[in-house]
Amino acid sequence: MTPVRALASPWAWQATFHVVAGMFLSVTTGAVICSAAVLWWAAVLSLAEGPTGSWMLRVLYVVVAVVVPLAVPSCVRFFSALQRERFRALLGVDIAAPKYGPGTGWRRSVRLWTASGMWRQLVYHLLAPLLGGLGGVAVVLCWAAPLLAALWSESMSGPRGLLAFGGATVLLFAAPWLARGVAAADTAAARRLLGRDHAEELAERVESLARSRADLVAAEDTQRRRIERDLHDGVQQRLVSLALNLGMARAASTDRSPQDAAVIAAAHEDATAALAELRDFVRGLHPAVLNDRGLDAALSGVAARASLPVQLNVHIGQRCSPSIEAIAYFAVSEALTNIAKHAEASRAEIAAQRVGDRLIIAVTDDGRGGASVDSTGTGLQGLAQRAAAVDGRLTVVSPPGGPTTITVDLPCE
Amino acid sequence: MRVVLAEDSVLLRAGLTKLLRDGGFDVVAAVADADQLLTAVDTHRPDVVVVDVRMPPTHTDEGIRAALVIRRQYPKIAVCVLSQYVEESYATDLLSVDTSGVGYLLKDRVARVSDFLDALRRVAAGGTALDPEVVAQLLVRRRDDPMRRLTPREQEVLKLMAEGRSNNGITEALKVSHSAVEKYVSNIFAKLDLPPTDTDHRRVLAVLKYLGA
Repeated sequence: MTPVRALASPWAWQATFHVVAGMFLSVTTGAVICSAAVLWWAAVLSLAEGPTGSWMLRVLYVVVAVVVPLAVPSCVRFFSALQRERFRALLGVDIAAPKYGPGTGWRRSVRLWTASGMWRQLVYHLLAPLLGGLGGVAVVLCWAAPLLAALWSESMSGPRGLLAFGGATVLLFAAPWLARGVAAADTAAARRLLGRDHAEELAERVESLARSRADLVAAEDTQRRRIERDLHDGVQQRLVSLALNLGMARAASTDRSPQDAAVIAAAHEDATAALAELRDFVRGLHPAVLNDRGLDAALSGVAARASLPVQLNVHIGQRCSPSIEAIAYFAVSEALTNIAKHAEASRAEIAAQRVGDRLIIAVTDDGRGGASVDSTGTGLQGLAQRAAAVDGRLTVVSPPGGPTTITVDLPCE
Repeated sequence: MRVVLAEDSVLLRAGLTKLLRDGGFDVVAAVADADQLLTAVDTHRPDVVVVDVRMPPTHTDEGIRAALVIRRQYPKIAVCVLSQYVEESYATDLLSVDTSGVGYLLKDRVARVSDFLDALRRVAAGGTALDPEVVAQLLVRRRDDPMRRLTPREQEVLKLMAEGRSNNGITEALKVSHSAVEKYVSNIFAKLDLPPTDTDHRRVLAVLKYLGA
């Protein structure tokens, strides 16, 4: 960018406004804080040396000594908010305010002193009048250099006048960059001193990640429930009706040809088979009884459906949150499917119990063992991920030759 | 035989009504939710009620709750509950009042028209008809109890007893001789420590033990 164009560019004026506004604001806030400090110091000193004068004066010293430390943090907070607003409005730079603990009245004032960022903010308000103030003056002088040179040139002539004008021109062209430099330095300082510190930002991030993860898990749960409901109210009813009609046709087919009867019989068998398959599928998805009666009741269905004999022992008592119940249910369902597919087991046992605020489910089989979370195609990996998504854990103990125990440990809330 | 039917799906309500009428039942009312069902039962005093589990407004277990009300208030009215899914916990609720005159079947079973009508007649006559799937669910919840003493064959026989079959029915289902079934049944009674009094009574007790009710 040419120096001439820079003079008229938006960024140059934006930075200049910011710097000039900062100069006035910083000097004012700095002055208020310094005055408060001086006032407090004077009051404390007077009290320490034994105050003279009327009793009202002594009361005043005490009031100042007590009130100033209580008022300063709120004051600093307000000034910081003003400064952050300046950055936001004039530069478009968003600086997140540090978090303050809860509390009211004097407790809050005391807590504010120990709050993270209070001392950093104080440093900014004491530093800003120096850097921002001097920088602001320098920027204003640069912009005004030609005017000043013109005013002074009356007393100058010849080479000195030329030199003054030359210098003033250089300063004028330097003004945009100087303004930008000061604004950048101010921004860097403000980000560091008025914003949140790294630990706070990380904590915030962890919190928001945990929240969005929980939302995702809940959303998936809701989705499954919706699909179950839609299938139940739609396709399943229609299939039952279809199978029913075919059943009635089959029962009534006395004077039909054998071919027709065979076709009807086949259609009837297909319809009932489709119903059974669909029911099995939805059972694995999210049975309605899980919401209605909880994990304990829902596990009966999944255990009974398994292709091998399953023993079920449930001691849950108070129910866990719906997402956790859904994950636990799905884990058992998947584990049993796995056993049927890979374990060559003759029987399995499900033990589910609530220990404090943990839900612990162990699925044991007497199969050939050798399973691991990492073995692909077993679905164990997916289960481990699901458990991890709610801060739970899945462990597999499966020595070669068996027995295999898959344990899912989930937080109840 | 007079029937009140409660089913929220219009399609199935029509289908079931036709099925029952063709089967010789007199459908005196076909309603769409539990409240209407209770009103209809109060008005018509039918012999048997056929009720769906999931109905408005909450679509959870309205049918089961209505069935329980009917069983308590009108012990003479038999109840047959139909559902897309059978659940052991609902079955336990249903059987907790009384094990006679109660049925709990998957909706699929209605497609086996004559089997379903037989089961319904059995229920109306004071018998039980439990879906094999719900019986299987009740079985996985057995813990340390006399059930463990039964051989797999005896468990199978007991399961059929729980479904409401007579010895003849069991003979037919297992394709074994009538005397073999009688032997299994007496073994079951012995192993479950049921004294030799009235046979039918022991039968109910055996089923009750089996169901853990």
